[in-house]
Amino acid sequence: MLMTGAQILVECLKREGVEILFAYPGGQVIPIFDALYNAPFRVILPRHEQGGAHMADGYARATGKVGVCLATSGPGATNLVTGLANAYMDSIPMVAFTGQVPTHLIGNDAFQEADITGITRPITKHNYLVKDIKDLARTIREAFHIASTGRPGPVLVDLPSDIQRAQIEFVWPEKIEIRSYKPNFTGHPMQIKRAAEAINESKQPILYVGGGVVTAGATQEILELARKADIPVTTTLLAMGAFPPDSPLYLGMLGMHGMYWANHAIQNADLIIAVGARFDDRCTGKVSSFAPKAKIVHIDIDPTSISKSIKVHIPVVGDAKSILTGLLKDVKKASHPAWLATIQKWKKSTPLLYKNDDKLRPQYVIEAISNLTKGEAIVVTEVGQHQMWTAQFFEATKPRHFLSSGGLGTMGFGFPAGIGAKFAYPDTEVIVIAGDGSIQMNIQELATAVLNKVNVKVLILNNQYLGMVRQWQEMFWGKRYSFTCLHKTTTCPPKCNQPGKKTCPSYIPDFVGVAEAYGAVGMRVSRKKDVIPALKKMLETDKTVVMEFIVEQEENVLPMVPTGAALDEVITRLA
Amino acid sequence: MRHTISVLVENKFGVLARIATLFAARGFNIDSLAVGETENQDISRMTIVVQGDDRILEQVEKQLNKLVDVIKVTDFKETGHLERDLALIKVKADKNNRSEILQIAEIFRARIIDVVADSVIIESTGDEEKIQALISMLKPFGVKEVCRTGIIAMGRGTRTAAEQASKGN
Repeated sequence: MLMTGAQILVECLKREGVEILFAYPGGQVIPIFDALYNAPFRVILPRHEQGGAHMADGYARATGKVGVCLATSGPGATNLVTGLANAYMDSIPMVAFTGQVPTHLIGNDAFQEADITGITRPITKHNYLVKDIKDLARTIREAFHIASTGRPGPVLVDLPSDIQRAQIEFVWPEKIEIRSYKPNFTGHPMQIKRAAEAINESKQPILYVGGGVVTAGATQEILELARKADIPVTTTLLAMGAFPPDSPLYLGMLGMHGMYWANHAIQNADLIIAVGARFDDRCTGKVSSFAPKAKIVHIDIDPTSISKSIKVHIPVVGDAKSILTGLLKDVKKASHPAWLATIQKWKKSTPLLYKNDDKLRPQYVIEAISNLTKGEAIVVTEVGQHQMWTAQFFEATKPRHFLSSGGLGTMGFGFPAGIGAKFAYPDTEVIVIAGDGSIQMNIQELATAVLNKVNVKVLILNNQYLGMVRQWQEMFWGKRYSFTCLHKTTTCPPKCNQPGKKTCPSYIPDFVGVAEAYGAVGMRVSRKKDVIPALKKMLETDKTVVMEFIVEQEENVLPMVPTGAALDEVITRLA
Repeated sequence: MRHTISVLVENKFGVLARIATLFAARGFNIDSLAVGETENQDISRMTIVVQGDDRILEQVEKQLNKLVDVIKVTDFKETGHLERDLALIKVKADKNNRSEILQIAEIFRARIIDVVADSVIIESTGDEEKIQALISMLKPFGVKEVCRTGIIAMGRGTRTAAEQASKGN
């Protein structure tokens, strides 16, 4: 059948099984939107292309499927950049389509022209500029294939408007073969044997589990391995929920704001089994002092992750699920009571605490919502202090139920990502935990949520600061609160370094008012005793809810391993 | 340490930019880069000379392999291979010293490809050391301009780069 490029795009998306497309119109994608007028899948209009990209990302994180977004040329395309970089850093399968000026104008500095394949080259797994309609269907197929296989990542397809309008006989490429792209799937049997031997010989092993385990759907295998060989488990931010938090083997998150005992376990282990984790600097602390006694087994699908920052002794390249299945056969049943007791001793000596007094502290809000949702909710965070408190105090019990921007640390990610997740699972409670800084970076998506009846629940922990930077300024920069106060105005003293004076200007925006202006439910909580009743009310409300908590302003995230320190050089409290 | 890496890539637009972007983004230093078609017109070969220790080279090789358009990466470190660089050298030369310059060129099996009253252009092919040696011999006469292609390399023997073990990513 003769079809236009725009119709071919819609047909290919349907055949790829796309359920939802986050798309923002513009001059160079009008042909596509015309074809989307009666699309066989949902099309959602965000209020900003960046919001659309994060929605696609959140949808992908929650489902494991490819998230898809679309924007026009030029500014529409450049507005996707943060979303693509964010997905790239966290290995999220995404396909982004952009309009482009017609092929004969490319390179001409035409209206709304941007070299988006050039711009996104370092932040996509791969990208394409389609210059011939003959290549269109195959390119879209390849884009989905590349995005979702190997180490997943975003792929961008740039579509000049004349290609969208051109016509051709549509042929669906049944099979695709890319000679230069063949990711390893099964691990080398010899390497798996060596890894098993190392585990069997080890006295003080630890599993260091990353987002790759969630991607590979290997959480069950991790649980079996941990139980069989009695290995304690620490996870990265992206693997929260990958291991049952009530298990005695679970140590929680490691790294800069990780658990004291998890970091000490890493530093004292004789064997680290890293699975789908990439030894990010926020996890390792000072590289030269990382796990000085440990032999390192590293299971990862991306060969570039092996020995990138930490020298690996036994690399196994391939899919985590298939490798762990092989490994389980060769690993002997074991128990390590002395090792686990040592870790418990660290846990008792330095537990995770916050001051449980009358004040409304942010950690209390997170503990409360965690208890009330009983691990059933999908929790999505923005970036900053509240993100780390959520990692510390929210008990995620299932994989794909804790969504957070890990690698890029993107403020403005959480709210739209939460909307994307809620589109995927309308019957699951989706809780967005935000700071008052982050939420303002994509707050316009309230319109998308309200109009589409996406009833996410947004908790804003309002400390009136860009809290994480303020914390660093307090701890390492002589308490010079330079431009981190969010209600500083022209009449403030230029060097103000303390919060909460009566003379402080009032905080803007009024988040309750903003929520109501968008047609959402807005609520504000200022006292500790009101937290639980308010949260209960929120959970009963079948609407988009924005609930603001006026929390302690100078609360800090602790424990903390400062940059440049080893994992066991922890600040547990401030003097 | 200096490494010569041969990269077989899809002959598509943008591939050179991908490789250059990768080197820039990862902070790898390129000494030279030469690109040309191969016996198969769909495939280009890039020969890249790069500096770095074993850890950096391991990353360079893996990161190159990770690019979707890269078909095969060979680090010539382990295999016997030949390297050639082609240089054009413009040297000041007048009737008093032209014959001396010609002699030097002859010793290096280089050719004179252009002569005017006050200069000559010498063409020389060889490995990097030979070209360096020639240039340093010509320096006293006044080297006005040097233009080099960068190293290209090929493994010795019958086997081709494309025939070697399939791409492992």
